[in-house]
Amino acid sequence: MSLDAVFDSEEPAFVPYLAAGDPSYEASLEYVEALERGGADVIELGLPFSEPIAEGSTIQSAIVRALKAGMTPERYFEFVEEVDVDVPIVCMTYYNLIFQYGGSEGGPRKFVERAADVGIEGFVVVDLPAEEADPLREACDEFGLDLIFIVAPTTTDDRLESMRERVSGYVYVQARTGVTGAREDVSDQTAQTLDRISDWDVPKAVGFGIKTGEHAERIVRAGADGVIVGSALVDIVAEGHEGDEPVAETAEKLEAKARELKTGALRGVGAAVESE
Amino acid sequence: MSTDEPADGSFGQYGGQYVPEVLMPAIEELEDAYRRYVLDNEDGFMDEFRERLADFGGRPIPLQRADRLSERYDTEVYLKREDLLHGGAHKLNNALGQVLLAKYMGKERIIAETGAGQHGTATAMAAAHLDMPCEIYMGETDIARQRPNVFRMRINGAEVNPVTVGRGTLKEAISETMRDWATNVEDTHYVIGSIVGPHPFPSMVRDFQSVISEEAREQIREKAGRLPDSVVACAGGGSNTMGAFAHFVSDTDVDLLAVEAGGSSLTVDEAEGVAPNSASLSTGNEGVLHGARTKLLQDSDGQIMESHSVSAGLDYSGVGPELAHLVDEGRVTPVNVGDDAALEAFHRLSQDEGIIPALETAHAFGYLEEHPEEVGDLTIVNVSGRGDKDLETVIEETAKRDLDVAPDMSVFEQVGAGRLGSRGDRE
Repeated sequence: MSLDAVFDSEEPAFVPYLAAGDPSYEASLEYVEALERGGADVIELGLPFSEPIAEGSTIQSAIVRALKAGMTPERYFEFVEEVDVDVPIVCMTYYNLIFQYGGSEGGPRKFVERAADVGIEGFVVVDLPAEEADPLREACDEFGLDLIFIVAPTTTDDRLESMRERVSGYVYVQARTGVTGAREDVSDQTAQTLDRISDWDVPKAVGFGIKTGEHAERIVRAGADGVIVGSALVDIVAEGHEGDEPVAETAEKLEAKARELKTGALRGVGAAVESE
Repeated sequence: MSTDEPADGSFGQYGGQYVPEVLMPAIEELEDAYRRYVLDNEDGFMDEFRERLADFGGRPIPLQRADRLSERYDTEVYLKREDLLHGGAHKLNNALGQVLLAKYMGKERIIAETGAGQHGTATAMAAAHLDMPCEIYMGETDIARQRPNVFRMRINGAEVNPVTVGRGTLKEAISETMRDWATNVEDTHYVIGSIVGPHPFPSMVRDFQSVISEEAREQIREKAGRLPDSVVACAGGGSNTMGAFAHFVSDTDVDLLAVEAGGSSLTVDEAEGVAPNSASLSTGNEGVLHGARTKLLQDSDGQIMESHSVSAGLDYSGVGPELAHLVDEGRVTPVNVGDDAALEAFHRLSQDEGIIPALETAHAFGYLEEHPEEVGDLTIVNVSGRGDKDLETVIEETAKRDLDVAPDMSVFEQVGAGRLGSRGDRE
């Protein structure tokens, strides 16, 4: 299924994130599959990079665990081929891994070709602003993949334009400044940012700091087409790992959390309809 | 300034702005401030900077003939004494410039990373001098091996935040400072300590540091009557290196030698993800780290390797994009010196010239010892910093080796009941 097809539906999309290979390849397969059972519409699957400058401590730790357990770009592609889910997978990573995959010729083309080959639908590249993204955009066009950009509360109008020209799939609205991590509140900055890009023709998914069904509901009510959740799910993986929990038990918790978030997002639409 | 560079801050294929979107507006704001205040001297910014560098920093800094070294190598050796700059290293040139710029920009808070602690110390001093609150991120490994600088930062009133991820060195400290900046971007300026990071940092830091070669070029003409055959500087991230080279780049008869840390070996351990050196110019390949495309120590997947050097200030997996470009162009020659030779050079300079150099700086002198024939008849060596901060490390590392040139340190065991050695013994 393509990203367009997901967002064409009336329902808000639930977009969970996990780092591939955290805490092990095998367990991670189970966890990603549990997210789909819990209602995931798209999965942002992290390809771990050794210098994750935009991540808070939760996802940093996940990346460290995954790298330690042997995750590499090649293993990641195998993972995507093997994992048994029908929803689209978006690869979330940092540019150096994409760049290096090209070997001596460098550049993103080889990486994108391989990603298309294993069925990845798009990319979020955390440290690649629109200005530096043309080579990747061209490769995505060649192989029919989407390139998602992150809009931050601090993004200026000029910068919004350069992203609007290059974005496809969906736009990732960063709910607040800072790094990733679950928070108690959902920022007012979200509504303002959504307002600024309301006339864009790509769907808007909001992430950063969302950890409960209630958060998800509020985000959707504020106008989001999708809700992205990472750290709150990674926390469950981390607790399971630290507590030596059976993989099936952690998977069940992930499924339940996913269901809570998805249900919350759906309530957001209902409420919006009622209030009209 | 020294090279014809496009406005987007690219150096050949290197440089750029590879940062999370949340930081882009701050980077654009900084670009604008750099152009106005630094390049165009708006509101007399550069005049105030120069005046403070003189009165607070102690510039101009002498260029001194090294009599014993000149004799030893049968060549004229001049020392650019950046160790005499306030704080004991070249770092203040940049830190003072950036903290002052932050003030002109209306920022209210300063953050910085530090490896050896020299940049953190310089930033803490500049922030105290200009009355700005300051927080420094420093890897826990570096905190352990550079304690005197940690004390100095605290005494100047800065907060020191230990970074415990990874190996706890400069690479992790930079990542952590970027996270702070992403969170507090509106009122905070990130004072990067080297010519690394996204544009405009590499150009701006070079401009602040280029006072080194601006002075040295004049001074060598006065003292020796001509330009040198070579300039030698150690290179980690590369700020003292580019500072010492900048005004000589267009003098194509002057060889520019960037001395990297060869560590214990130039061979990498791909399985462990460790490069036992910090020689990114000599052995690295192109990639993207901390906001810039440059030469990096990385594995074949693109994961960044842990670097190593006995010198904390050179212990970094990347290098400034401008240096990477100048190396590709053949204008700068990368060379390297291992831990052992650097330690020997540390002792030699201390005994022969009465100058205790930073371990970073000692690499430049190690090169002189190993390859005196490569520097011509007249050379300038940049003494990027003094070595007081390194004394504990030097005593420990010297004890592990059999160095002819090192003094006998057993006096410490007699009077200190092994206190200095005890930390090493327990490890």
